[in-house]
Amino acid sequence: MKPIQFSKLLVLSLILTVAATACKKTPVRVTNMDGSRLGYSQVPDNSITNLSGTEPMKGTEGDAASRARDSGIPSVGPDRFKNYIPHPEILKAYSVYFDFDSSVVKSGEKPKITSVAEYLKGHPGEAVRIEGNCDERGTEEYNRSLGERRALASREAVVEQGADALMLETISYGKDKPVAVGHDESAWRLNRRCDFIVLTPPAAP
Amino acid sequence: MKTETSAFILLGLFAICSSAVSADLPPITVRRDVGPGREPPILVSISGLSGEAVQVLQFDLYVQGFAITDAAAAQYQIIGRNSGNLEARVVQRINQSELLGNRVYSGPFRRQVHRFADDFVNAVPGHAKGIALTRIMFKGEARGTSEIYVADFDGHNSQAMTHDGSIVAAPCWVPRRLAAYYTSYKLNHADIFYQDFSSGARRVFARYGGSNMSPAVSPDGSRVAMILSKDGWTDLYVANADGSALRRLTKSPQDESSPCWSPDGQTICYASKERERRSLSAISASGGTPRRVTTRLASNPTEPDWSPDGKYIAFNSQYGGNFRICIIPSEGGDAEDIAEGEHPSWAPNSRTLICARRAAGRGNYVLSVLDVMTKQAKDVSRISGTSSESQPSWAK
Repeated sequence: MKPIQFSKLLVLSLILTVAATACKKTPVRVTNMDGSRLGYSQVPDNSITNLSGTEPMKGTEGDAASRARDSGIPSVGPDRFKNYIPHPEILKAYSVYFDFDSSVVKSGEKPKITSVAEYLKGHPGEAVRIEGNCDERGTEEYNRSLGERRALASREAVVEQGADALMLETISYGKDKPVAVGHDESAWRLNRRCDFIVLTPPAAP
Repeated sequence: MKTETSAFILLGLFAICSSAVSADLPPITVRRDVGPGREPPILVSISGLSGEAVQVLQFDLYVQGFAITDAAAAQYQIIGRNSGNLEARVVQRINQSELLGNRVYSGPFRRQVHRFADDFVNAVPGHAKGIALTRIMFKGEARGTSEIYVADFDGHNSQAMTHDGSIVAAPCWVPRRLAAYYTSYKLNHADIFYQDFSSGARRVFARYGGSNMSPAVSPDGSRVAMILSKDGWTDLYVANADGSALRRLTKSPQDESSPCWSPDGQTICYASKERERRSLSAISASGGTPRRVTTRLASNPTEPDWSPDGKYIAFNSQYGGNFRICIIPSEGGDAEDIAEGEHPSWAPNSRTLICARRAAGRGNYVLSVLDVMTKQAKDVSRISGTSSESQPSWAK
């Protein structure tokens, strides 16, 4: 590659990166966006790590921070939200979709993640259950693990956007709860997803 | 397994004789194909039996490496009667000597035939022990909910063991007991339960934060391996049979799934990912560094199951949309493709497997029994009341 082409590419990459970063901070359409406990600017921004302008490094599993750790974010206890009331409709439009056999939260899905984080920040006391799902192509227990990894990756992404990890729980249904019943890509892409179920405390209106 | 495909049996006596006659003659060798997928079926004829007796017997024998032929070609001739109770004997065609003297059976009819099948198989020299009286456990699904079922190994006499109207997964039959560990979503959470089906008593075995998945009980019943996400990654854990002494065996952000045990209870094999490629790994049940179990010639291996005799690991391999049951030597090596299917579970004879096979239309599963040595496979009878049967676990 000649130097002149490289510098052109570098400039282009920087423009793309700045554009992507700018997009990320676009206000999101979520109700009750009042003052958050964790200011948006306080959230460490790890997005400018890849100057190539391509998809960021493979998910949470590839980055240096994960490699240095020997655990992800610990899960909250199973009964923490036991009597909470589920509201599947509130964040229905923010389900995150995945590529085949992947638990990487794609950059195009990040605005939804930001919306979920903003919702949680705007609703202290409420929690979110992240339900991981898969298409029918994998085997059952492989998919159960994959669905959980999708939920965990989504949780990490929401926490990176400033939400409290203690207000997020995960569950995997593998391929046991498809939303689309067809046997082709039009159904599969809808089933490779994480849903965000708002949980309100029993006393809440 | 190509390196082990042929056994050379040197006819020593002949070699000695011929070398005495002439040193120029090459020794005569007899080559015999052995090993999974390479053995010819043993030919059997059936005469004098009819109807259900023949159907039951054919299934029982086919999935243990026998094929039905006419009396002139058979190595073993089954001669019987089934007006009323089953009565049968077996002779060897070559010299008409009796392999099994005439026996009369009683009790439920299918059971009479299964008992005769076991008597015959157990009389065949060098053959693996009969499995016709064994049972299986599986997940049966209907209208979005699933329950645990138990049935005879051929799918008959099925019975639902749970009635929760929820989702269940990955039942694992506890050795020598009518009991299982399985995942259930009945408490609105993916938990692992232990249930004794003879008393009905059920208790929560693993209910940690996140999902509690893929329980696998050790061959002596004392420990359970499983996949948990309580620490933020899907990792492999092991605990005592009562849930105490939980220990984390892997610490990896990559996927781990579907553990199984070596018959001596020392090692756990599971599906993992290494440098973005799926593979099988093995780790000491008391912890340590995992090692890779090579599965040459097979792509994307998952859902391993270790044969009770310790010799083989069965698993499923995925090529595009196709799932194939493959076999490797338990230390790893070249994979032998056996048949279509997923989630293999070994029979106690270490030569027959049960697996789930995708029915036409791809959405549903049917159970299929296959003989590893001959690659003969047959679907079990469909279970009434369910639209999909999967995740079989063979009682041992």
